[in-house]
Amino acid sequence: MRRLGQINPRTLPLLATLGVFILAYALCALQFPAMLSTRVAANLLTDNAFLGIVAVGMTFVILSGGIDLSVGSVIAFAGVFLAVTIRAGLDPIVGFALVLVLSTAFGAVMGAMIHYLETPPFIVTLAGMFLARGVCFLMTTDSIPIDHPVYDTLSGLTWRIPSGGRLSLIAVVMLLVFVAGIVLAHRTRFGTAVYGLGGNRASAELMGVPIARTTILIYALSSGLAGLAGIVFSLYTSAGYSLAATGVELDTIAAVVIGGTLLTGGVGTVAGTFLGVMIQGLIQTYVIFDGTLSSWWTKIVIGALLFGFIIFQRGLVHLAVRRRQAARLAAA
Amino acid sequence: MTLARPFRALPAATPQILTFVLVLLANWAVFPDFFDLRLQDGRLFGSLIDVLNRGAPVAILAVGMTLVIATKGVDLSVGAVMAIAGAVAATLAADGQPLPVILAAALSVGLLCGLWNGLLVAILDIQPIIATLILMVTGRGIAQLVTEGQIVTFTHEGLIAVAGSALLGLPMPVVIALALAGAVAALVRFTALGLLIESIGVNRTASTYAGVDSRSVLLAAYGVSGLCAALAGLIAASDIRGADANNAGLWLELDAILAVVIGGTSLFGGRFSILLSLVGAFVIQAMNTGILLSGYPPEMNLIVKATAIVLILVVQSPAATRLKGFFGPKGGRP
Amino acid sequence: MQASSDPLLDIRGLTKIFPGVKALDGVDFTLRAGEVHALLGENGAGKSTLIKVLTGVHGRDGGEIRLAGAPIEARDAADAQRLGIGTVYQEVNLLPNLTVAENLFMGREPTRFGFTDRRSLRRAAAALLKDYGLSVDPDSTLGDHSVAVQQIVAIARAVDLSGRVLILDEPTASLDAGEVVVLFDVVRGLARRGIGVVFVTHFLDQVFALADRVTVLRNGRLVGTRAIGDLDRLSLVAMMLGRELSAETLKRHRTGRVAAEPFARFEGYGRRAWVQPLDLAIRPGEVVGVAGLLGSGRTETAKLLFGIKEADSGRAVVDGRPVRIASPRVAAALGFGFCPEDRKTEGIVGDLSVRENIVLALQARRGWLKPLSGQESRAIADRFVKLLDIRTSDIEKPIRLLSGGNQQKALLARWLATEPRFLILDEPTRGIDVGAHAEIIRLIERLCDDGLALLVVSSEIEEIVAYADRVAVMRDRRLTGVIEGDGVTVDGIVRAIASEHREAAS
Repeated sequence: MRRLGQINPRTLPLLATLGVFILAYALCALQFPAMLSTRVAANLLTDNAFLGIVAVGMTFVILSGGIDLSVGSVIAFAGVFLAVTIRAGLDPIVGFALVLVLSTAFGAVMGAMIHYLETPPFIVTLAGMFLARGVCFLMTTDSIPIDHPVYDTLSGLTWRIPSGGRLSLIAVVMLLVFVAGIVLAHRTRFGTAVYGLGGNRASAELMGVPIARTTILIYALSSGLAGLAGIVFSLYTSAGYSLAATGVELDTIAAVVIGGTLLTGGVGTVAGTFLGVMIQGLIQTYVIFDGTLSSWWTKIVIGALLFGFIIFQRGLVHLAVRRRQAARLAAA
Repeated sequence: MTLARPFRALPAATPQILTFVLVLLANWAVFPDFFDLRLQDGRLFGSLIDVLNRGAPVAILAVGMTLVIATKGVDLSVGAVMAIAGAVAATLAADGQPLPVILAAALSVGLLCGLWNGLLVAILDIQPIIATLILMVTGRGIAQLVTEGQIVTFTHEGLIAVAGSALLGLPMPVVIALALAGAVAALVRFTALGLLIESIGVNRTASTYAGVDSRSVLLAAYGVSGLCAALAGLIAASDIRGADANNAGLWLELDAILAVVIGGTSLFGGRFSILLSLVGAFVIQAMNTGILLSGYPPEMNLIVKATAIVLILVVQSPAATRLKGFFGPKGGRP
Repeated sequence: MQASSDPLLDIRGLTKIFPGVKALDGVDFTLRAGEVHALLGENGAGKSTLIKVLTGVHGRDGGEIRLAGAPIEARDAADAQRLGIGTVYQEVNLLPNLTVAENLFMGREPTRFGFTDRRSLRRAAAALLKDYGLSVDPDSTLGDHSVAVQQIVAIARAVDLSGRVLILDEPTASLDAGEVVVLFDVVRGLARRGIGVVFVTHFLDQVFALADRVTVLRNGRLVGTRAIGDLDRLSLVAMMLGRELSAETLKRHRTGRVAAEPFARFEGYGRRAWVQPLDLAIRPGEVVGVAGLLGSGRTETAKLLFGIKEADSGRAVVDGRPVRIASPRVAAALGFGFCPEDRKTEGIVGDLSVRENIVLALQARRGWLKPLSGQESRAIADRFVKLLDIRTSDIEKPIRLLSGGNQQKALLARWLATEPRFLILDEPTRGIDVGAHAEIIRLIERLCDDGLALLVVSSEIEEIVAYADRVAVMRDRRLTGVIEGDGVTVDGIVRAIASEHREAAS
């Protein structure tokens, strides 16, 4: 009954992402067989841990039809805050808790502004981006190394996986965040509400979705995860720097879109975002393995992929409209 | 286009001009020499001139951004386009090409980038934020491709003069910004482009039904924005005598949007004023300078800008408008 | 039965006033348990206002609503739902990107330990759907199903949530004949379970097929409530259009003129899923009226002729040359003009001034490089403000501040400024006060006398009779016939609209 053209448009972007990922991995492996090792795979997870964590939050934001430009600044804020407070003698664990509370509250305020001021998310989160970055600079403009036993312990924590790879703590944290994100998206009322909000705000409201609460929670979640990503990033770099993670918001948005989430909201998966992050990581790893290619190719390829997926999504929307018209024709 | 417009615009411009004057006065309060001007080698020096000179790139970006925002769009790629144009100019300059070639090449590249954005928005019907995001992501990569990843420096007299020389005592960037703003303002007001842009921004359906060629108008708006970005990129490159693909124009798209919003053009499209956007750009720079002069770290800027955005959002928000119109006619129809 | 005569829902003297308009004027309406009650009326009759007041979207300015004897006042749609009144709209108000089960239980999903219990959700959804004879996978995406299935899911959700009164607002507008049958079975089943159904539609066949009683509104007033057995098509259409048949023999204003060579001819001109192919000739100095009930394809025809939707069959000939009208821009270049029905979203450019709105089409046609000077544009605006008596304190005032009638005149001026040869007016007198109404009709006649060709869509039959030389009658998105000469009477048009067979209208 189901013809080729009628593959569920909900899963089509995810399939496309999976296709791109497999193709990219195959190409890499063909050229550099070393990339098949678990060591490279584990590094891929570790190197992209912070990006994966923010991307989970961004997925919820984009699913709801919004955008969050402040995540890069929040990551930097978390790093600088930790570096400065730890230098001043604060226990890192307390610092982690403070970062999570502060960043979550920050997101909640942005969400409240978006909802109650009825303003486009991009401009509100833009203000958030300036603010968080400005606060970083106020704390310090230098790159401050973090030197603390807790950091040594945490960044030393690894689990051996078969054939030589080592799974780091931050990679595990990222994987856990993805699992939690998947559960949150598909197994809770909040998740359904997020999809509903992105599908059709007016309908969602009529169906009893608490719009204000959901919007605030979405941005709180995004910022909170950006805070967590900042913690992970500081573990990864053992430093806090106010210029860190510039442009991460763009990488994150690109990962979410390449992961098959519709930029107009309502359709997409957290699992797809994982693939999107990994595709970005693969491109970077390829560029590094190649050695002769320069890092700017990463941006160009990601941009091209982004363009490809956006055009692909437009095509899908057109297809849906066509199909609806065909259905009406049958009615006429 | 009309005599009526300036007169009508005058009271509407009051908040912007007042803000500008207040910020300048605040600068004067913390730095009594603020308004002092010196003439040296036929060139004016002083803090005020500095504000204008340093604000020129954002002012130039704001000119194009005004048109785009008036069509109910936004152009996030201007910073990246600056980097591309700067890279093209610096590479050609290092190569010893004559100035006209450099200018023509850089500006054409900018125009092409703008038209690309316009194509995505007008023909493929992609939301402006998303459409221009693509070039925002890719642009710096392209710029690095042009410079082959190096920070290209040059000693090209002609190109250095773009930012380094002076005309009528004013630094060249200020002259360029003012001339550009004047030219584009004249373009939109002495042709019908301004009317058509506003008409599309307010109601694209009704405009299309009235026979307006919305696609060409959108292409033109994004094209001008690309051109302005290229010009700003030229000045930035000339200023540092080189091209830095990573940092040229970084975050300036946000300053440009902020300048337009301070200038009173609504993010929801419609009425616009290029000259007020220019004032907006200089307000931002005056705040920057003020923060520097008063001894605060320059990074305070970001916090001040964020506060400015929040204030404007609160004032412009539909909720505030409803509050104002509380006693006016109520909405809703049968 | 006792239950069916006691009203379930009893509305008395309901009044709702919007600025300048009395949308509902002392309307009475009763709904019995277990009946299907059709609510009919043309655009602006007050149907949707009645529903919105009933479901708490709007407050009311007078009157009383009782549900099962107790007075109620719903604060919002959710409140109405809690009270027992559920609504399903024409545009399915569900979320097509979610699954069927999620849509059914949105906001009240069964949970275990705080997580959605997918299995109970699926089971509950399947059980609910079985009551409606629907065997779809609860985990399938709603948007993948036909509109009919989506409609039934919406009904299932509404009934499950409220369970006493179900309001169906034009639920069949996008369904095919087979789907309508399925939907009607569902509705009949609900009525048997004792639910009162309010059924809003503009398809008369469906009213006769489904409804037990009919209430007709017109201009915010109650025209009457009848049992379906006491009505035939003709009397129902007469009620809706507010015309007592054969009560008056309205003298036609215009006398037959010599037919000129057509300015434009449309042959087999149509678009799939929009308007069936139609033949129409447009002559200078002639008004063609377009009559038909709401949803008959009147507006669609106007938009097709103006190139807003491009035709995919037939051909258009203008001045003897075949042309392809691919966009409004092309149409305007051919000398066409179009004043849309929905003035606010498709006509005026609200924040721009009266002057700018008036010169917009002319300026668009000249292109941006050939601007009208300030002087020229003011002169044009001033001329039309005087000519059409557009009442505004200042031509630089934003047009949204003008009254509906003056906005309409400004839109007419927008096209007259282009010196058009063919004007398409869609409901030019809708939502306009009486004075301006008469002025616009006089204006139409004057333009026609000046040799302009006009096509006027209107739901005011009397108005059409007053100015039209010929009347195209639409039914079910098809031009069913053109009435000419002495046939152009209120009686003739109403009969043509009501007739079940296309050959009856000619």
